[in-house]
Amino acid sequence: MTAALRFDPIRLPPECEQLRKEVRAFLAEEIAAGTFDPHQPNREDTDVPEFSRKVGARGWLGMTWPKKYGGHERSFLERYVVTEEMRVANAPTRRFFVADRQSGPVLLKYAPEHIKMEILPRICRGEICFAIGMSEPNSGSDLFAAKTRATKTDGGYLINGTKIWTSSAHIADYMIAIFRTSPPTKENRRHGLTQFLVKMKQPGIQVNPIGQITGQYEFNEVVFTDHFIPDDHVLGEIDGAWKQATSELAYERSGPERFLETYYVLTELVRAVGNNPDIRSAEGIGRLVAQVHTMRRMSVSVAGMLQAGKEPVVEASIVKDIGTIWEQQLPHRVRELAAFVEETATNRETLEKQLDFAIKTAPKLTIQGGTTEVLRGIIARGLGLR
Amino acid sequence: MAESDNIVAETAEKIFADLADAQTINRDKKDEWKAPLWQALTDAGLPLAWVSEDCGGSGASLAEGFSVLSAAGRFAVAVPLAETMLAGWLLAQAKIASPGGEMTVVPASPRDRITVNADGTLSGRARGVPFAKVAKHFAVLASDARGDLSIALVDAGKCRIESGLNLGGDPSDVVTLDKVQPVAIKPAPKGFDQARLMLMGGVARSLQIAGALESMLEISVRYSNERVAFEKKISKFQAVQHNLARLAGESAAALAAATSAADAIANATAFNDEVFLEAVAAKIRCAEAAEKGGAIAHQVHGAIGFTIEHILHRYSLRALAWRDDFGSDSYWAVELGKLVAQRGADELWPLVASR
Repeated sequence: MTAALRFDPIRLPPECEQLRKEVRAFLAEEIAAGTFDPHQPNREDTDVPEFSRKVGARGWLGMTWPKKYGGHERSFLERYVVTEEMRVANAPTRRFFVADRQSGPVLLKYAPEHIKMEILPRICRGEICFAIGMSEPNSGSDLFAAKTRATKTDGGYLINGTKIWTSSAHIADYMIAIFRTSPPTKENRRHGLTQFLVKMKQPGIQVNPIGQITGQYEFNEVVFTDHFIPDDHVLGEIDGAWKQATSELAYERSGPERFLETYYVLTELVRAVGNNPDIRSAEGIGRLVAQVHTMRRMSVSVAGMLQAGKEPVVEASIVKDIGTIWEQQLPHRVRELAAFVEETATNRETLEKQLDFAIKTAPKLTIQGGTTEVLRGIIARGLGLR
Repeated sequence: MAESDNIVAETAEKIFADLADAQTINRDKKDEWKAPLWQALTDAGLPLAWVSEDCGGSGASLAEGFSVLSAAGRFAVAVPLAETMLAGWLLAQAKIASPGGEMTVVPASPRDRITVNADGTLSGRARGVPFAKVAKHFAVLASDARGDLSIALVDAGKCRIESGLNLGGDPSDVVTLDKVQPVAIKPAPKGFDQARLMLMGGVARSLQIAGALESMLEISVRYSNERVAFEKKISKFQAVQHNLARLAGESAAALAAATSAADAIANATAFNDEVFLEAVAAKIRCAEAAEKGGAIAHQVHGAIGFTIEHILHRYSLRALAWRDDFGSDSYWAVELGKLVAQRGADELWPLVASR
């Protein structure tokens, strides 16, 4: 049992350190050129198409994928380094991140060859954006409850229904979605869902924005009305998407993005307390640094498991459970410590703005990518409790 | 139990399983289990694992020794194995041969100091020294008037020892040296300091805490699958499942932090900021995990886990006690916070992402 919970101390190999230098230099150039402000995670528009293309041109998209699809056949550990440097710098990754992390790997595994040849190289060039269509009104984490129907017709399927909480649907070129192709059976509630590649900006698809409490706009409702999808856009097995969708989640749940989303407030707190902190600030910062270090060690370890070809579903769930709760609490702990920061701290205003935004961001962190409750169910299953 | 990494750890694991089974220990109110266990450990060369063969030890690698400590934590053994290993390691830093028998290190807290007097004798007071009462010898780190550090082997019989007990019921004593003539004394190697000794001890304790948490997870999962309440196994209640998932998370975090720190020290060429971060973070995070994880293990066990007859307290109370040795998590958090502040905000991420 405990054998499943080992997180071996994977070290990043030398090529990762060289790559890290390149990524930092690139980000510094982009910051200097005004592409984005690393101190402003709350900027209005995080979709910066030119930035995506530059990242693609550097070879930092589709890093682990085969070269024949535009990939670079590099390791998961190299990809890990790129992801964490982008995240810590608050780089505008929205346009490419979902495709790179999740949609591309799904296409690699389940799409027909000509679709792979058409789409994957464009992801690698940073040209196209993906959204993920899983949740529906009143379904959420309960994927079985999805009702949006795909009805067989000549040469394809007609889609009717609504997806919701779909990040980036308003800018996405494609969506990978699950639709109901058959009713669930009595023996198997998981039966009857199929994964499809959806081309957005086509007739029968309407995207309605949903505002967020942060003031940002990222979620959408996506309404399908007799939208046609051709047969060759079916991904994997008809009626068998459940297993495909769950194995996809190991990629989604263990990366550095799962504990670094509010990390910027910690950096800014260290700046605000200065070189000679009082004992309370020092202890508070020390604990937070020990915690983030530990989570990073766990996350790197899972990247090592992915590199070794394993499917660390339970380990990834543990990293996300601990990681998202940490990044959710972080702005509140920083707020407590910031109460004692000198009025004269030059970055006080930046810190306050960041805290305002991070505290508003916090509630979503334990919901996106699998709620805490769902993750704990997966971990409990791994422990043999269900 | 996690599978062992090497033959040295496998040997330790087997000895613990044969002679330090928690139920046997609990039934033996007179502690008669300790002598055969210590003898078996000694016969296997484990107390002096970190001492080279020419200094009387068995010359295991740092990594092998660390995995022995993980196993010791999984069994929550209450004999001075970690302490004797640390003492042998400290003496070996100054190429002082280790004697046989139980040892421990002095001082065991970052703020205590032992002084080398002008006449070469040692004076000072050290609190919270684990197993001082049963140790035959102490490995002492002491500084002279100029601040130069020495490592000394001291006969425990020549020191005053006030007995105390830690939360887990193991000896945690006050040791006073009043112009004690050491058996041997040599200069500490260049660059060695008290922080390094404390952090080596801290990593040992982190591995022990992580091991204890692994066992707490295992016995809690097992108990939840046996205990029936409201006509169901309690493992079938979602609230219990979620608590156990959190315990698994704390256990995994402790193990990840502790094994990463052990690996960092075992492979370090210098004791730099990056190695400091690893060692300190492990002590802090494992202490937090001991608190959160131990509370869940008790919650799952209900009243039975609160009884002296049950084995749970062997793990939960020791894990809590080990937080305090070789510098508490609060002490090290302050030190880490100071280091981070001195390096400055823009150097924090490069430190965290250094390996």
